[in-house]
Amino acid sequence: MHSRSLALLLLLAPAFPASADWPNFRGPRGTGIAEDGATGPAALTEETLAWSSDLPGRGLSSPIVVGDRVFLTCSSGPLQDRLHLICFAAADGKKLWHREYWATGRTMTHEKTCVAAPTPASDGKRVFAIYSSNDVFCTDLDGNLLWTRGLTYDYPNASNSLGMASSPVVIDDTFVAQIENDSESFAVGLDVLTGANKWKIDRPKAANWTSPVVVGPAGQEIVALQSSKGILGVVPSTGSEVWNYSEGAATMASSAAFGDIIYAPSNGLTAFKAASNGASVEQLWRQSEQRPGTGSPLVLGDKGYVINGAGVLNAIRLKDGERLWRIRLKGPFSSSPIATATHLYVFSEPGIGQCVDLTGAEGVVTSEVDLKETILGTPSLSGNAVYVRSDKHLWRFGK
Amino acid sequence: MRPRRVFLPAILFLTSVCLPQSALRAAPDGFDQALATLLAVGPEAKGNAEASAAWKVVASADSESLVPLLEAMGEANPLALNWIRSALETIVDRDLAAGKSPSIATLGGFLFEVTQNPRARRFAFELIQRSAPNAAEKLIPGLLNDPAVELRRDAVAWLTKQAADAKTAGDEAAAGLLYEQAIRAARDVDQIKELNATLTKMGRTVDLPRHFGFLMEWKVLAPFDNTGRAGFDTVYPPETGVQLEAKYPGKNGEIGWQDLVSADPYGMVDFNKLFPDLIKEVTGYAYTEFDSAEARPAELRLGCKNAWKIWVNGKLIFGRDEYHRGARIDQYRMPIDLQKGKNTILVKLCQNEQKETWTVEWQFQLRVCDSTGTAILARNRPPTPSPDAVAKK
Repeated sequence: MHSRSLALLLLLAPAFPASADWPNFRGPRGTGIAEDGATGPAALTEETLAWSSDLPGRGLSSPIVVGDRVFLTCSSGPLQDRLHLICFAAADGKKLWHREYWATGRTMTHEKTCVAAPTPASDGKRVFAIYSSNDVFCTDLDGNLLWTRGLTYDYPNASNSLGMASSPVVIDDTFVAQIENDSESFAVGLDVLTGANKWKIDRPKAANWTSPVVVGPAGQEIVALQSSKGILGVVPSTGSEVWNYSEGAATMASSAAFGDIIYAPSNGLTAFKAASNGASVEQLWRQSEQRPGTGSPLVLGDKGYVINGAGVLNAIRLKDGERLWRIRLKGPFSSSPIATATHLYVFSEPGIGQCVDLTGAEGVVTSEVDLKETILGTPSLSGNAVYVRSDKHLWRFGK
Repeated sequence: MRPRRVFLPAILFLTSVCLPQSALRAAPDGFDQALATLLAVGPEAKGNAEASAAWKVVASADSESLVPLLEAMGEANPLALNWIRSALETIVDRDLAAGKSPSIATLGGFLFEVTQNPRARRFAFELIQRSAPNAAEKLIPGLLNDPAVELRRDAVAWLTKQAADAKTAGDEAAAGLLYEQAIRAARDVDQIKELNATLTKMGRTVDLPRHFGFLMEWKVLAPFDNTGRAGFDTVYPPETGVQLEAKYPGKNGEIGWQDLVSADPYGMVDFNKLFPDLIKEVTGYAYTEFDSAEARPAELRLGCKNAWKIWVNGKLIFGRDEYHRGARIDQYRMPIDLQKGKNTILVKLCQNEQKETWTVEWQFQLRVCDSTGTAILARNRPPTPSPDAVAKK
C-alpha cells in the first residue's frame, strides 16, 4: 500500500509547489501532508529533538516554514492585545526577528484559546499574520511591514467572544480569510500587494472556526469555504461562487482535499467531487460513523485518516470510506494530524507527541515524546523536521 | 501647550545611567512626508500602498528619530500606531545590532510626558527596560498613579509585592494599607480581583461597584417578543421615547417599568431576578439616568453575553447580535460624550431560544469611566446597594 500511496503522490505532484515550504495551516493547500517528498523525523523522541526556543506569549497557531525560516505568532498582555510575529532560523531555532503590534479588534476569547489562534500564511515572498482580533499584518520575509488591515476596525461587529481561529490561505495574488461569526460574518479576498479588498462576500451568521482548503489543479484552484450550512466553492481572485455543497458541515474540524475531491466533516465524513468548471458537486460516499473530533481529517494516497472525539485514529479507504483499521492514541486532541508518505504525527493536549508508522497493514505508534506542556496547535512539517508549539516553546524534531 | 512633565529627579537619575548615545544623523530625506503618509492610513486599506513605500523611508531613520516617532503616535489612529511601532522596532533592532543604544535620558524624558500616547510611553519604557533594566526597575514605583494603564500595572504589581512582604513579616496593618493603596491604583480587572480577594480575606471591604463605576440602579421594561431573534431589529416603544409611567402590550400581557437594583460586586444587572421562570425568546429594556458634573468625553464599558443595543441621550451608540459566546468586564468599549447634567442611558437586551444550561443568563454589566478605566461617578449616584438590602426588597 505504501508504494501505491507514494505513486499517487508523485502522480499528483506537478499540481503542488516544488519547495519544501509549509506555507499555511496544514501545509500546502491545507492538506496536512508533505507533498514534496519530505521525510519528517524517523521518530518523535528526546533524541530527535533538534532544538527548542522560548516564546513571548500564548498561541494555538501553527509554525509555517518558508525556505530556511520558521514563522510563528503569539499573543500576550493581560488582555491578550499584544500581537507577536516571530521569525526563527530553521536550522538552530535562533530568533532572527520579532515584531509586535497592538490589536485593533476585540481580544476576548474563551480561556482555552487565545488571540494567536489562526495560523499565518505565506506566498513565499511575504508573510500574512492574522489574529483572533481580525488584525492582519503583511511583512516581507525580513519583517518589514508591507501593509496592515484591522478587519474588526473596518467592520465593527466582526468578532466572536469565544475567539476566532480560521486560518487563511494565499492563492496567487489573493489572501483569503473567513471572518465568520454570529454577527457581521463574511469571507474576504485581499490583494497581497496592498491589503485592499478584492472581494467580500456575506457568510452564514454563525460561529465558525474552520479553515478554507484549496481544490483543483494549479491555475484553476477553487477555495472551499466551510460553515455549518455546508461548503461553498469560490474563485479565489473574485469570490464568485463555483459550486455549493449545502448539506451542512462541522464548524471546528476542517475538510481535507486532494485533487478535485473534498473529504468533509459533514454528516460524519462525506466525500464529494467538486469540479472547477461550475458543475454541481457529486457525492461519492458518506460514512456517518466517521466523525472527526476537533482535528481535521487527512488524506494520503489512497487512504484517509480521521481522529474522532475519543482519540481513536481511523484509517479509511478513500474510494468508499470503509474503515481499514483503527488504533487508540493518547488523547485528547485539539490539533490535527500531519503526515509524510510513511508516518503520521500528532500531538495530544497533554503534550504527548506520537509518531504512527503507516507502512504496515495497520498503523503502529512507533515512538512518542512527552513535552509536558499543553499542546493545542497543529504541528508543521518540512524536510526532515516536524515543528510544534505550546504557549511557551517552539520545538523542532528531526536533526 | 507643552505636555506636563513629571519626575525631575527621575530624569536626573536616568541621565546618570545614560548609555552611549547614537551618533547624530539627520532623518532621511522625505522623513516628515513619509511619516505624514503613515498617519494618513485609514479603514479598508486606505493609504496602504503609499504607506508601504513611506514605511521604508521612516524605518531607515536612526535612533535620533525615536522621539519624533513616539510623539507622532499621539496623532495616530490604531492602524497608524502599528505602522509607526513597526518602524520604531526596525530602527531600534538595527541600531542595537550595530552596537548603538538609544539615549535612555531622551526616552525617559518622553516617558515622563504624561499627556503623550499611553502606548507610545509604554514602548519607551520597554526600550529603557531593554537597554537599562536596572533603571527601569527603579522607575516602576513612581508609575503607581500614571494615567497610562499600561505603565500603572507594573507599579501595582510592585506595590502588591511590598504588601505581601509586609504580611509575611507579620505586619498586617502595613500590609492592609499597602493592599488598599494598590487596589485604589489598579485599573486592570485581573489585578483588582486578586487584590479584592486578598483584602476580603483580611476582613477589609472594597466598594467594587464604586471603584469600577458600575451603574447599579435601573428601571426595566420586559418582556417583549424575540421569537426567531427578530426582536433585535424590532423597534419597541422605549426606542422612540422612554415614558416610565406608561404601560405597553408585552409578549405575555401588559407590562410596565419595574425597579431592578444590582447588588453584585461587579455590577451585574440580572433580568432573570424579575423573571424567575427563565423566560426565553424575549426582549427587554433597562433605563437609567446619569447626572454628570461636566460635559466631557467618557467611555461606556459593557460586559454582556446576550444581544444588545445601547442609546445615550437618545442616540444609538452600538449594538451586537451575538448570543451566549461569553462575557467579561469591559468586553465592549464605547466612546461617548457626556453632557453636563442629566444623561439618559437605555440598554436593549435580547434573550434567544437556546435551552442549554449555559444560555440561561439574561444580564449585563455596564460602567462609565474615562479612557484609562477610572470610574466617572454620577452626581446622583446613590450609595452602593448592600446585598442584604437588595435581598429584602
